[in-house]
Amino acid sequence: MLPELGTFLRFQLQRHLQLALRRPSDVVGPLLFFLMVITLFPIGLGPDPKVLAVLSPGILWVVALLSSLVVSGRLFQADFEDGTLEQMVLSPHPLALSAMVEVFCHWLLSGVLLALVSPVFAALLNMPSRAIPVLMVSLLIGTLCLSLIGAVGAALTVALRRGGVLLSLLSIPLTVPVLIFGAAAVREAALGYDPSSWLALLGALAAGGCVLAPLAIAAGLRISLEA
Amino acid sequence: MWSIVHKMGSPPWFFRFANGAIAWLLPIVLITLVVGCVWGLLIAPPDYRQGNSYRIIFIHVPAAVVALAGYYVMATAGLMSLVWKIKMADTAMRALAPVGAALTFVALVTGSIWGKPTWGAWWVWDARITSMLILLFLYLGVMALSEAFDNKVAAAKACAVLSLVGTVNIPIIYKSVDWWYSLHQPASIKFTGESAIDASMLYPLLLMIVAFYGLFALSVLLRMRTELLVTHRQSAWLRSELS
Repeated sequence: MLPELGTFLRFQLQRHLQLALRRPSDVVGPLLFFLMVITLFPIGLGPDPKVLAVLSPGILWVVALLSSLVVSGRLFQADFEDGTLEQMVLSPHPLALSAMVEVFCHWLLSGVLLALVSPVFAALLNMPSRAIPVLMVSLLIGTLCLSLIGAVGAALTVALRRGGVLLSLLSIPLTVPVLIFGAAAVREAALGYDPSSWLALLGALAAGGCVLAPLAIAAGLRISLEA
Repeated sequence: MWSIVHKMGSPPWFFRFANGAIAWLLPIVLITLVVGCVWGLLIAPPDYRQGNSYRIIFIHVPAAVVALAGYYVMATAGLMSLVWKIKMADTAMRALAPVGAALTFVALVTGSIWGKPTWGAWWVWDARITSMLILLFLYLGVMALSEAFDNKVAAAKACAVLSLVGTVNIPIIYKSVDWWYSLHQPASIKFTGESAIDASMLYPLLLMIVAFYGLFALSVLLRMRTELLVTHRQSAWLRSELS
């Protein structure tokens, strides 16, 4: 009595969202991390609004990247520990798709949320207001890429005891293009230029990632279960 | 042609192959390295603008070229290990990563030494230097992942997946770093703006690139042979091979 693929994926989505919403501190935590790290920059660099405005696209993007990596470490952890992951591997439905659902949920609760509240953080750093819509769009697309890359790293390290630092070591080099395109889009917008080419490149990365990353994630999860 | 792939899976066959290949490669590498170094460092004319300081190019460029190619060789070995489950491909990946990382490091250090007289700084965030630094991180990530697993087979598979992901990413990283660099338009001198390299410098450079490829293959084969000796030290075939 197996559900159809569509029903199966919908159940998965429901289950992940329900689990996440029952522990709201896990959802709020990364946002607090983001806020606190943002606070460190004016303290470290000095409160000059002009300096902060110039640096704000880079700062916001680097901190978004870090907070995305911090949360992706836990991406498959609970499912690995309670055996759900084994069931996902055993089920006749493709592992790549059910892993993709998990990544999608993770993105909804971390990346999308981050993009939605980012105008507040942008205001803290005195970013020009014309750049704020671009910041939101670039974070929306870019965090999807970051979630996918983090998920590849998380799938490969989920079985390891000290996977946390390792995950960052594996993922950070791969995130470089996302950071370049995202920060460039916001900076161009802040200077009053057209950022659409950078956003298009980010979109291309996200589209390519959505196709290729699930394969790597599924392969990584299988390897982790064997180890 | 495919029989080679099957033979590759067999440690005894590979051990004999590695012994033969090392015996051939060692003199070739030594000769090309010595000739290339003497030609490049002593005989080739000094550069009209950079004087003698450009001579580090004969170490820097070959190391960089082979370091980048090495990542693709490693990813190919990873693919072979994932698809055909060839044991020796796992060994090859483990042997390749540190050699590639070392070459990348050499390229970065020689680049930085070259940068001091040319750009006036030990480190400049130039597009190619930055890409090489990220390549070093990619190599280090593969090495760290391979260390982290207790199970050797799982380690090899995980590294194979990671290096394949890296292979897809490297062209994107290189291109994006290029754009990132041109976006910021720093006021430093560019090497690439100079005229094409003269034949009197090009030939020793090509020879050094060949020598570095040989050196790379030799180091990898030596590392693989050492690992075979360690993992199969109890096997009968190895005893009969060595006696």
